[in-house]
Amino acid sequence: MITRERLVEITLVLLLAAVPIAAQLLNEPFYLTLATRVAILGLAAVGLNIALGLGGLVSFGHAAFFGVGGYVAGVLAIHAFNGTPMLLGLPGTKLMPFIWIVAILVSGLVALGIGALTLRTSGVYFIMITLAFAQMIYYFAISWPAYGGEDGLSFYVRNGFPGVDTLKPLPFLLICYALLALGLILFQVLRKSRFGAALQGARQNEVRVAATGISPYRIRLVAFVIWAMITGVAGALYADLNRFVSPAMLSWHMSGELIVLIVLGGVGRRFGPVVGAGLYVLLEYWLGGITERWQLFLGLMLLGVVLFARGGLIGLLAGKPRHG
Amino acid sequence: MADPVLSVTGLSRSFGALKATDEVTLDLRPGEIHALIGPNGAGKSTLINLISGALSPDAGSVHLGGMDVTRLGVSARARLGLGRTYQISSLFPEFSALRNVMLAVQARQGSSFRFFLPVMADASLRDPALSLLDRVGLAARAHVIAAELSHGERRQLELAMALALSPRLLLLDEPMAGMGPEGSKAMTALLAQLGHALPILLVEHDMDAVFALADRISVLVYGRIIATGSVEEIRRDPEVRRAYLGDAA
Ligand SMILES: Nc1ncnc2c1ncn2[C@@H]1O[C@H](COP(=O)(O)OP(=O)(O)O)[C@@H](O)[C@H]1O
Ligand SMILES: [Mg+2]
Repeated sequence: MITRERLVEITLVLLLAAVPIAAQLLNEPFYLTLATRVAILGLAAVGLNIALGLGGLVSFGHAAFFGVGGYVAGVLAIHAFNGTPMLLGLPGTKLMPFIWIVAILVSGLVALGIGALTLRTSGVYFIMITLAFAQMIYYFAISWPAYGGEDGLSFYVRNGFPGVDTLKPLPFLLICYALLALGLILFQVLRKSRFGAALQGARQNEVRVAATGISPYRIRLVAFVIWAMITGVAGALYADLNRFVSPAMLSWHMSGELIVLIVLGGVGRRFGPVVGAGLYVLLEYWLGGITERWQLFLGLMLLGVVLFARGGLIGLLAGKPRHG
Repeated sequence: MADPVLSVTGLSRSFGALKATDEVTLDLRPGEIHALIGPNGAGKSTLINLISGALSPDAGSVHLGGMDVTRLGVSARARLGLGRTYQISSLFPEFSALRNVMLAVQARQGSSFRFFLPVMADASLRDPALSLLDRVGLAARAHVIAAELSHGERRQLELAMALALSPRLLLLDEPMAGMGPEGSKAMTALLAQLGHALPILLVEHDMDAVFALADRISVLVYGRIIATGSVEEIRRDPEVRRAYLGDAA
């Protein structure tokens, strides 16, 4: 049987697929950039959806992983461009698959460290400590002149992908779509797995999970690392989209935007991140063209969702989630 | 006599000036139901929490099957075979009854770091979970969300989850609380069946159930055990009658 949620999801996929066609027909290549932003922010939000939606981990540090992914892309690209070796004499690279792997490894390692220390706490303390770590990384990036410091790091040519002309917006968009799709599949697989059951159990009733003999700490640590890895890849794509990475990607605004986006879309719902990212990017585009204060409207919408539609936009469209 | 599966020695715990548990010594032998009774606030739940590891004691020790577990946490003690239910039902409210038990079975198997196979397609979780639900009389309600189960059904579900851990013993904190007479009777019958295979430390207010089930009874008043003995001994004990049973016995 096709549920309402499934129908909403199919519609969303068709809408995303229609963007490149519309861009072509209307001769509006900028639509491709918008769709790319949706895919990338959506992917970052999918990562957050694992930690927050499945695991109930409210943190304020995910910009750290987004930014780390971005810097990995920027730093590798700059070294490849200049032909200079990096740390330990390793060469840079301009190939996206390698960049993604490095972004996954580095974000994962950073998350393992931060998570191991912060997941002992919960609630407000967890929020504040993750924020503190993210700010440390932010200030570190600002005060690192070799990689642009406050000004950030520009690289003039987008990184490559074997057999694909990434300089053109459409192929790059398709790459981002593909990774978003992978992220969504991963979310679904994890949600249904034993790991997902334990992670959701720890959110619903931490004491009970512990009493059955599963350590919530270890489950959450793994979720935290997976989340960071996905966010890191999204960060690398974001850097490639803009051909620029700066400390702004690491700032707490970024963390806040991702949380806003997922709450708008629907926390814990598979396509919540996609809806949220779409809404966010469209609002930014339309309202941002009218007024600088477009985030005021975003805030009002957020208020509306929090007060009247706890399931976010997906909840409004598709009703309550099915459990089982 | 066979070695006790659980022995508690000189266990004490204070909350500020209040001695909630005061040098409690007690054991649980294989195959027995040992009831712990006492007025409200006597420290029964506190004692259960100390035994399960949810609270740490100020003094004293807890041994499980001869092994000192006093310093171990809740998860570790659960893995060593200590199963429990809570005075207030503690479930996964968004999961169905079946998935609640499946998660407990999964914990027992010690295999939560599997990321790909969907649990609902996993017979090694589903089958044992279904048979446990059947055992506690909840098979017909397997697909109902835990939050929507009746009070009595939640207690049955808790029991199924505790059993899923294949425990060596059970700590049950007021399993009949809030149940109607029918529910109490059914639960009493269920526990009577279990009790022969599985030692149970049973905290319960329902005296009919306690007298029907218990092999031994300990009476806790103001954190202290004032008497331990057979049902008959406890019924006759003058101090117990004065402090607790009143004329009910
Ligand atoms: N976490 C706590 N902090 C302070 N006092 C507590 C705490 N838990 C229990 N108590 C007190 O300890 C006493 C024993 O409580 P409890 O073990 O719940 O009794 P029972 O289960 O026998 O009714 C009560 O006076 C209660 O108020
Ligand atoms: Mg109690």
